[in-house]
Amino acid sequence: MVTQAMFRIWRGDSAGGGFQDYVTPVEEGMVVLDAVHRVQAQQAPDLALRWNCKAGKCGSCSAEINGMPKLMCMTRLSNLNLEMPVILEPMHTFPVIRDLVTDVSWNFRAKKTIKEFKPRSPDMPDGTWRMQQADVERVQEFRKCIECFLCQDVCHVLREHHKEDEFIGPRLLVYAAALEMHPLDNEDRVSDLRKKHNIGYCNITTCCRKVCPESITITENAIIPLKERVVDRFFDPLKQLFHIL
Amino acid sequence: MPEFQRFSYDVLVIGAGGAGLRAAIEARASGAKVGVVCKSLLGKAHTVMAEGGIAAALANVDDRDNWRVHFADTMRGGQYLNNWRMAELHAKEAPECVRELEAWGALFDRTKDGRILQRNFGGHKYPRLAHVGDRTGLEMIRTLQDHGIYTGMEVHMECTVLSLLLDSGRVVGACGYDREKGLFQLWQAKAVVLATGGIGRAYKITSNSWEYTGDGLALAYNAGAELQEMEFVQFHPTGMVWPISVRGILVTEGVRGEGGVLRNSEGRRFMFDEIPDLYKDSTADNEEEGWRYTQGDRNARRPPELLTRDHVARCINREVKAGRGTPHGGVFLDIAWIKERLPKAEEHIKRKLPSMYHQFKQLADLDITKEPMEVGPTTHYMMGGIRVDGDSQMSSVPGLFAAGEAAAGLHGANRLGGNSLSDLVVFGRRAGRFAAEFAKKNGADGAPTKVDEEQLQATAKAALVPFDRGASGENPYQVQYDLQESMQDLVGIVRTENEMQQALEKIAQLQARADRVGIAGHRQYNNGWHTAIDLASLLVVSEAITRAALLRKESRGAQFREDFPNKDAEWGKHNIVVKRGADGEMLVEKRAIPQMPEELKAVVAEMK
Repeated sequence: MVTQAMFRIWRGDSAGGGFQDYVTPVEEGMVVLDAVHRVQAQQAPDLALRWNCKAGKCGSCSAEINGMPKLMCMTRLSNLNLEMPVILEPMHTFPVIRDLVTDVSWNFRAKKTIKEFKPRSPDMPDGTWRMQQADVERVQEFRKCIECFLCQDVCHVLREHHKEDEFIGPRLLVYAAALEMHPLDNEDRVSDLRKKHNIGYCNITTCCRKVCPESITITENAIIPLKERVVDRFFDPLKQLFHIL
Repeated sequence: MPEFQRFSYDVLVIGAGGAGLRAAIEARASGAKVGVVCKSLLGKAHTVMAEGGIAAALANVDDRDNWRVHFADTMRGGQYLNNWRMAELHAKEAPECVRELEAWGALFDRTKDGRILQRNFGGHKYPRLAHVGDRTGLEMIRTLQDHGIYTGMEVHMECTVLSLLLDSGRVVGACGYDREKGLFQLWQAKAVVLATGGIGRAYKITSNSWEYTGDGLALAYNAGAELQEMEFVQFHPTGMVWPISVRGILVTEGVRGEGGVLRNSEGRRFMFDEIPDLYKDSTADNEEEGWRYTQGDRNARRPPELLTRDHVARCINREVKAGRGTPHGGVFLDIAWIKERLPKAEEHIKRKLPSMYHQFKQLADLDITKEPMEVGPTTHYMMGGIRVDGDSQMSSVPGLFAAGEAAAGLHGANRLGGNSLSDLVVFGRRAGRFAAEFAKKNGADGAPTKVDEEQLQATAKAALVPFDRGASGENPYQVQYDLQESMQDLVGIVRTENEMQQALEKIAQLQARADRVGIAGHRQYNNGWHTAIDLASLLVVSEAITRAALLRKESRGAQFREDFPNKDAEWGKHNIVVKRGADGEMLVEKRAIPQMPEELKAVVAEMK
């Protein structure tokens, strides 16, 4: 393994910026976040980045590494070509605050537009419910989401077309799916999904699923079943016929 | 003159992990106007890292469980230094708080008859931990977050709090700055809840993230509140030791709960070598019985791997020091061996411990279903913190409340795994309720609410001083690193008078260096500035830990003194309280634990 590597880090703010090169020693077992921390501690104390758990569980250190949206804490240097500079950029979809830190607050605001969890009445007189493991597991997959927003970052509806005012993006479709498929939930979000959240904008390119660090099958398990519910409700030809009659 | 953005609330909650969010939800439910200030983005707090589960005597898996057993287990684990009132309330209210989480959408793993499943954990007599695989903390924080955002609480993300504000001895708010723009903020409030979590960043090897610099403890201390049990820092026995970059990251006790065993380099299950008297009757003395326990045999006793964390950490330390460690200075934790006992063991491990599988596969290139892990102790949890009233969670400063890891009392000298998540919801709820009540009662009738503008300006100016020194000042990252190194080496798992005296000298030197730190650049999202500000909290906390540990001349729970290796009955009747003296010096005193009521004494005696 090489003993040092070059990191080409984007530095700047909303007014603009550019890449700066930092050469730092590297060791076996290091991840990108370690190297960036080393640069920060020794060469660029005011380098802005987010991180917390350093174990792929909090979803704070999202960035674009050599053009790929990834968590810096889960990207091992041994999987990168260190003969070339490692290019680090902030997520492109969100407005940059400074260096690798972006303004992801839209995700938090958009979440509130989705109707909240509404459980059915308890099954038992003591106020508890009964659920089977198999039913719970389907939703547990969605609840693994660590809200790193990498899926939002690659979604072309957001990244290219900036439809933030009309479309909630894959992360929040997963959130909606977790609520819709929750064994206890009684709320109806199907109409909202079509009209307010514009699920139809998603044309299932599966980019979001490919970058999910939690390996959630975003498109097949969350978005497509929601689309099916929308189709069943609004575009079933038989139902439309009954409607006309 | 620095400008302040001003906000006004009934209740201000500082911290948005499990305790802070639960407090905010409760205060909102009482009708209070609530503001939440947190250091990171919402939902990123360290609660996400909790793996094993939340302890509550639901008795879904073993009907012999009830609050009395849970209470007795908690007191035994804490070596009877616990605030018994908190231990009682915790054991009684935890089941209700878990059911509340379910009502807000949490999806725990299920029993065959569809109820919440519970698993075994160290120090708990019966299977008691409600869990979601090994990502229970994420489930909990997301549940609280997704319930909380609809309640109308106002969240100020990515802010650092610099100081609490007092008027006539009562708390009237807090001031700080937001990271994004570096602008000063004033949050006026009739009551404040501190839920800032732990202090792990005072040590080099820790499972804690950058946030855990003991801010709440330092804020409370500087405002005149008392701290307690500061000598008790929990070193979790199983952190990753390799690769070096992930050193300290937690490996859940759930691995051992599911049948994982600890071995030294000679292949010996060394945990059988030393079983403390307090646990002799309840611990298996052979491998067969230990295995049956992990598989749910109600008549089997638990394997010694599931003894309390302080004990397991010391045993690992002993093996490594004796030269029986692994290549990277830990011991082996083996779950792969269960394939000798279970069909489809590989799938079983992946289902029960998905995060662990993922974590090792991705970060260490190791398949835990095939090979043993290398593990060693890591700084994990602060039993000590702000001294509070057991019922209301109010500190010695009127209007100032604390909950979760930032508060002391529930865990005594050592915390049982799983009791932290239940702590967050039980006492977060109480703190929120009593803070809202306090705000209501003391809000009208000419109560003090005046903000001292001079203090505000002085605080802001002091925070900006590092910029004046610029890059020529001390590097804040280096000062923090040196402090972590000192605490790790001199006030760690094994302590002595001599080393801790050295630590005090080091802390004084580091304080002087911290006073000279300099920052280049500007205020907008400047991580160097944040690190410089955090140093002040870390230094207060480190000094408090060291002074309390020096005063307690005995070994008990998480504190092991090589020069006083035994328990001392007299010390067993006392807590150590730390507070700020009139001239700013740190006072450390011994304070008698109040007598336990007869009814609780009887519970302890019965469960012995």
